[in-house]
Amino acid sequence: MWELISANRRKSFFLFVIMGSCLILLGYFIGAAYAPRGGGFIGIGIAFFIWMILSVISYFSGDSILLAVSGARPVTPDVHQQLFNVVDEMKIAAGLPAMPKVYIIDSPAPNAFATGRKPENCAIAVTAGLLTRLNRDELQGVVAHETSHIMNRDIQFMTFAGVMLGSIVLISQIFVRSLWFSGGGSRYRGRSKDSGQGAAIFMIIAIAFAILAPIFAQLLYLAISRRREYLADASAARLTRYPEGLASALEKIAKSPEKLEGANDATAGLYIINPLQKNRADLSAWTSTHPPIAERIAILRALSQGASLVDYQNAFNKIKGKKDAVIPDSGLKDATPVPLRGAGAAAEKGAGAQKRELGDLMRAVNGFLFLTCACGLKIKVPPDFKKESIACPRCGRENKIPSAELATLAGVGAIISKDIPGMAPSGAPSTYKRKGTGWETFNCTCGRPVQLSPQFQGKEITCPSCGRKTLIQS
Amino acid sequence: MVTLVVVLAVIFIIIFYLIGLFNSLVRLRNQVKNAWSQIDVQLKRRHDLIPNLVETAKGYVKHERGTLEAITEARSRAMGAGSVGDKAKAEGALTDAISKFFVVVENYPDLKANQNFLALQEELTSTENKIAFSRQAYNDQVLYFNNRIQMFPSNMIAGMFGFQQSEFFELEDKAERQAPKVDFN
Repeated sequence: MWELISANRRKSFFLFVIMGSCLILLGYFIGAAYAPRGGGFIGIGIAFFIWMILSVISYFSGDSILLAVSGARPVTPDVHQQLFNVVDEMKIAAGLPAMPKVYIIDSPAPNAFATGRKPENCAIAVTAGLLTRLNRDELQGVVAHETSHIMNRDIQFMTFAGVMLGSIVLISQIFVRSLWFSGGGSRYRGRSKDSGQGAAIFMIIAIAFAILAPIFAQLLYLAISRRREYLADASAARLTRYPEGLASALEKIAKSPEKLEGANDATAGLYIINPLQKNRADLSAWTSTHPPIAERIAILRALSQGASLVDYQNAFNKIKGKKDAVIPDSGLKDATPVPLRGAGAAAEKGAGAQKRELGDLMRAVNGFLFLTCACGLKIKVPPDFKKESIACPRCGRENKIPSAELATLAGVGAIISKDIPGMAPSGAPSTYKRKGTGWETFNCTCGRPVQLSPQFQGKEITCPSCGRKTLIQS
Repeated sequence: MVTLVVVLAVIFIIIFYLIGLFNSLVRLRNQVKNAWSQIDVQLKRRHDLIPNLVETAKGYVKHERGTLEAITEARSRAMGAGSVGDKAKAEGALTDAISKFFVVVENYPDLKANQNFLALQEELTSTENKIAFSRQAYNDQVLYFNNRIQMFPSNMIAGMFGFQQSEFFELEDKAERQAPKVDFN
């Protein structure tokens, strides 16, 4: 994997040079247009200053801004165990130094993105719609794609490119708008007196540059973005060794009619499928952040021999009908075959079950509490519910709200820190003797209240917070 | 005098080089150990999950006693295995037993609707995957370490200080072997 990271570094340096010179020239010409003597260098200074401010903001709070804009919420493993398991698996497969933080976006539209400036400190966000629609293999494919972005340092790279692009666009916009409002006639008269021909020439060059530079930078940015998507697909296939999972996930995401509200032009490129261009298949390939979905699926499905990066490059050549190095040369050196594996047990959920699960998941993300009444009905209690008990809407039985959940409700939004599964503290488990058959609550040794439901039949219960086991005697 | 200094300098360089070689071997051996402990965590987790699985399923699959017993037996054999090679074989047998059971489960809709069972199945599947992924990492480390032990000049140091080759962790992965090779060209 290191070879891909270093290829990425070299490319980012190249990008830095091209986009940076764009920025410097833009600053120079705009400065010179206003004051031909020495103004160019002041212009460069101002351009550099704007770039630096944007860089600092995006470096220190880019990921939290992004997560906030998309409406992602941090969740605990009890909301969706499978998602946490899959992320943990991909962490092991990719050899990441730490488990990425997991977020769920409260939206029925299936999509996902990853963020964070370092692999040690990154996050993966998926929508509730994605979780309900995909089976385990497909979810693994999507998470593997996002993990690949983290592993290949794509996020750093794209943030960096995005800031460069942003500065160029911002400076051009300010300049073009200032021309619009200052009124052409008086400016040309004023300038022609003190600086003559020079300023007029610089003005023309500056206007041309201010119009062309953002377009050029944008195309460059998009070309890089598309390439990184191919590379992430290839790495995902190699990590999971099951390209069909990602292929059918992409197919399902592309087919879904819902719109993702939290996405806009600035964040669209970060998702696994561009949420704004999803239904515009005819869109010109030059102006999109992602390669056409049909093509990505076809390449993944053409991986019949193995899942190595070399196999992906071969499949790419076959589908596109032309040779285009989509994988950096350094990634193709490693010719170790990566055998494919078979599909896992995949149960397709019915439409009704999907809808129900989606509703439950979105409520769980929003801090709802679920109680199972003795009559079998699942009661959904909103987070702002203050009373001690609630009447079952079906049988009318009063259900006490366990204090464990009240404690959780008090801190909605607070993240309950949980140890990594499998690393639960050892030691002899404590015991708890049941008083009756209804809802009961007792305190775990770590202090967290644990609730027992009327249906609980087991011999022991695991604390959701610290992972300690408590033996239950009835 | 000059020759003495040169000879001493050469000797020092050689000594420092040998120390460097020794240290790199120690580092590699520790990396192998670390990679192994990553697998071990997952294997232990699987051993912990199986009693729960058997307990949950017992009431539902009365006619499949044999399948459940096979799992329990394979588990105790895996827990008793000593060397890496033995362990790999025993864990492979356990993987087979579990996957056989999950095929059988398809005939028991009641069991498949049990929330406890579903959660256990998810945990086991995930542990199974984690074992596979950490096995890849472990085998990569072992390959690198063994290469260093066999190759000149680090093989001399390895022989002198008794560095032993590590064993690969090869599960009998049926799905892997049976992956069909299809070529439409």
